[in-house]
Amino acid sequence: MKVALQVTCVNDAMFPDTGKAVVRLLRRLGVDVDFPAAQTCCGQPMVNTGYLDEAVPVVRAFVDAFAGYDAIVTPSGSCAGSARHQHAIVAERSGDPALAKAVEQTAPRTYELTEFLVDVLGVTDVGAYFPHRVTYHPTCHSLRMLGVGDRPRQLLEQVRGIQLVDLPMATECCGFGGTFALKNADTSVAMGADKARHVRDTGAEVLVAGDNSCLMHIGGMLSRQRAGVRVMHLAEVLAATEASEGDSDGPAVDARAESFEGDAR
Amino acid sequence: MSARDEILGRVRAALADVAPAVDVPTAPRVPNRGDLVALFVERVEDYRATVTRCAPGDLADVVVAALDGATTVVPPRLGIAVPGAVVDDGLSAAELDRIDAVVTRARVGIAETGTIVLDHEPDQGRRAISLVPDLHVCIVDASQVVADVPDAIALLDPARPLTWISGPSATSDIELDRVEGVHGPRTLHVVLVG
Amino acid sequence: MSGTFVGMPAFPTAARAALGDTQLRRNLAHATHTIRDKRARVVAEVEDWEELRIAGAAVKEAALRDLATHLETLEASLVRAGATVHWARDAEEACAIVASVTRAHGADEVVKVKSMATQEIGLNEALEAEGIAAWETDLAELIVQLGEDLPSHILVPAIHRNRAEIREIFRRRMGAVGRPAPEALTDEPAVLAGAAREHLREKFLRARVAVSGANFAVADTGTLVVVESEGNGRMCLTLPEVLISVVGIEKVVATWDELDPLLRLLPRSSTGERMNPYTSTWSGLTPGDGPQEVHVVLLDNGRTRALADEVGRQALRCIRCSACLNVCPVYERVGGHAYGSVYPGPIGAILNPLLNGVSDEQTASLPYASSLCGACFEVCPVRIDIPSVLVDQRAAVIDSHRGDRVPKQEALAMKAAAWTFADARRLRWAERASGLAGRVLGRFSRTTLPGGRTAAGRLPGPAAGWTGARDLPAPPRESFRQWWDRTDGGRDGGRQGDGS
Repeated sequence: MKVALQVTCVNDAMFPDTGKAVVRLLRRLGVDVDFPAAQTCCGQPMVNTGYLDEAVPVVRAFVDAFAGYDAIVTPSGSCAGSARHQHAIVAERSGDPALAKAVEQTAPRTYELTEFLVDVLGVTDVGAYFPHRVTYHPTCHSLRMLGVGDRPRQLLEQVRGIQLVDLPMATECCGFGGTFALKNADTSVAMGADKARHVRDTGAEVLVAGDNSCLMHIGGMLSRQRAGVRVMHLAEVLAATEASEGDSDGPAVDARAESFEGDAR
Repeated sequence: MSARDEILGRVRAALADVAPAVDVPTAPRVPNRGDLVALFVERVEDYRATVTRCAPGDLADVVVAALDGATTVVPPRLGIAVPGAVVDDGLSAAELDRIDAVVTRARVGIAETGTIVLDHEPDQGRRAISLVPDLHVCIVDASQVVADVPDAIALLDPARPLTWISGPSATSDIELDRVEGVHGPRTLHVVLVG
Repeated sequence: MSGTFVGMPAFPTAARAALGDTQLRRNLAHATHTIRDKRARVVAEVEDWEELRIAGAAVKEAALRDLATHLETLEASLVRAGATVHWARDAEEACAIVASVTRAHGADEVVKVKSMATQEIGLNEALEAEGIAAWETDLAELIVQLGEDLPSHILVPAIHRNRAEIREIFRRRMGAVGRPAPEALTDEPAVLAGAAREHLREKFLRARVAVSGANFAVADTGTLVVVESEGNGRMCLTLPEVLISVVGIEKVVATWDELDPLLRLLPRSSTGERMNPYTSTWSGLTPGDGPQEVHVVLLDNGRTRALADEVGRQALRCIRCSACLNVCPVYERVGGHAYGSVYPGPIGAILNPLLNGVSDEQTASLPYASSLCGACFEVCPVRIDIPSVLVDQRAAVIDSHRGDRVPKQEALAMKAAAWTFADARRLRWAERASGLAGRVLGRFSRTTLPGGRTAAGRLPGPAAGWTGARDLPAPPRESFRQWWDRTDGGRDGGRQGDGS
């Protein structure tokens, strides 16, 4: 099976550790994952803001980059949803039957990470070790657009050492919503404030989710509140092992190395 | 062009791209709930209505007891005698407003939802008489109870005016808290016969 | 006597004001959570809820797809049953018909059943201009009308008011328009409901003309259906001599039997009950029972515009249950007024642009009043894919500006992003620039995220929208693709920066 990582534009530019974690995790599970260098973005920022014409070249880049792969794995419910549900709309808008045909190939082959692990690979115990108190936020697009259901939870429950606590009002939107976070910043923040409160109520050390964009929003609020809760992508938790925990004295070493480097220069 | 022709023209133009046929699947039926009459009673009581079950022979006495001396109006063909009751012969709304209670029959009872439906035949009377008085005593025969909404719809004649009643009048308009008793009868007493 | 939505600011501005209203926030959170829980309980009781939704959606969809035929059938059935049928292209025509029928009977007042269609067309204001008083008789509508307020919810227009506020409105305003509130009025909901009963009863008993809408109109039998709770609907539909019903053309269902899924879906979705207290159905007139003159006004007012929209026409399936409002995290926080329409919430955010177009700034802001979380679609009893229609209406907004001589900043930014994302080489270049920015930020920023990563605190300019309340992680030194290239995807001994 030829498997491609669609790392997503947000992860590529802002959260490379998530992409690295997916690579590490899939290799550990025996999947030789490829990173097609021609990939860019799924086009969702344009589509969800109403810029359909602008999304056409982006979707074209997507289908070109991922042509010929059996599975396209992405650590984002939102981007998987975009590929599966919105690319056809963009292709129709383009009036290009070749693009529509190409989308018919890539759309059903695009999997959100937990779908790929549980449905395609058939694993729930990925051999992870993460001895921290964790709460999980099901992001809206993974929950309601893709219907990933309890797959993330099945995976988390098998992580050794984890203390998984329920998030109150878990299924309520965090208020990120892409450009909504800027166009309706006040409402977005009001929603995020409640989500952050529920996270704090759990007493968790780490908030985990399957979409870094939502985590950037919730985590940004928690950080501003000095709440003492950090956010992590689910892939990074699933990639963590005894070795990585021992080596690094905790999972945040990437980020810390980053800031140390910044300070040193 | 008349408004009618213009609107119909716009509708046709709007749907020029659409094939009319849509397959309408049959709505699912509720599973067999066993004792429908017991379910009906339970669900009517859930609305904070009163339910009294009685044998046919006791009906008149049970109705008199439910009325507890209230001034009462009855439809032309109620089928039982209610001592002292006024038989409706086209009473005005103002006259009905001075009467405390009404006794009617019903056409059908729906177990799943605890609903009674009146079709306002002469055993139930005009819509006004079961609306203006504050106490509605409604006689339902056990044989009239059906399982669910589709069964009721199949039995009812849409040419008749119909009133579906599920408990006493109520509102949730204040903080979405349900309170019983606004404009319709504030007390609903269902007498279930058989 | 009530307020007006005309001149409302765009959604973000109106929302900002609403978010600061602490009492509103509290009232809405309490009310929406109460009704959500009730709905969830009674929906869970129905084993085949999903099949029921599919059936309900199909009934409405089938009716819409052959709407002209069904409207003609409805008209013929109504006429056969003794009703008079009128057609109204727009709000003005509909209001004129109602006023003219009322005046023909020499009446200077009407009693009203709660009706979205008559709110949409501004009937009360139009009648007032003709010297006809329109009395709202639904409790929440009465609260809104007495308070000279605006409705903020489809089902419970006074959802933004709590019991203490309602008591004040009743105490101050009832006396001016009829029977005053009793001296001993408390803020107990039952007592308040009792005061409304006393106040309105004299109006019901004397009214000669009533105005209603309809939840459904059955084409093959000419039956109109009104679903309600309080009995005010029954009063209006039964006691007056004349009944005028204003019915949107999308309310049609083909056959009597097809009411079944809808009558099961609506109350559970709407008030969270197995069945609402009262449903009235009538087909024209019944000699000796109820109004002896029955008028039906079939209303377009933008519905054919919506019907022509390939993606958006599904919004006409809406049965006005309000479930989408009650679960919407945006609605829960800002309330209904911010939407600037009698149709607020997720359904309003698509219905208003579909009915009216997106040429004005306020309506054009509505499709963006959503985080696209999808909770609305999940609860919609007739399966309207609101998120998809929202996105499609956003495209309609953007397309309407494609001819602008001076494009908006956002449009320029999107074009630039599309250009960058069209070719991975451009993206690689952009990531180098962002990596550089990250290093600069790493040097100067004093903010670190929990866990240690450098972050941006408050930034000026367009970024302030984000950083006003949220820290922003600094871009990493190296993008993922740079790492992949440098380390051959981590195979080439590139353990550094790998986190392990």
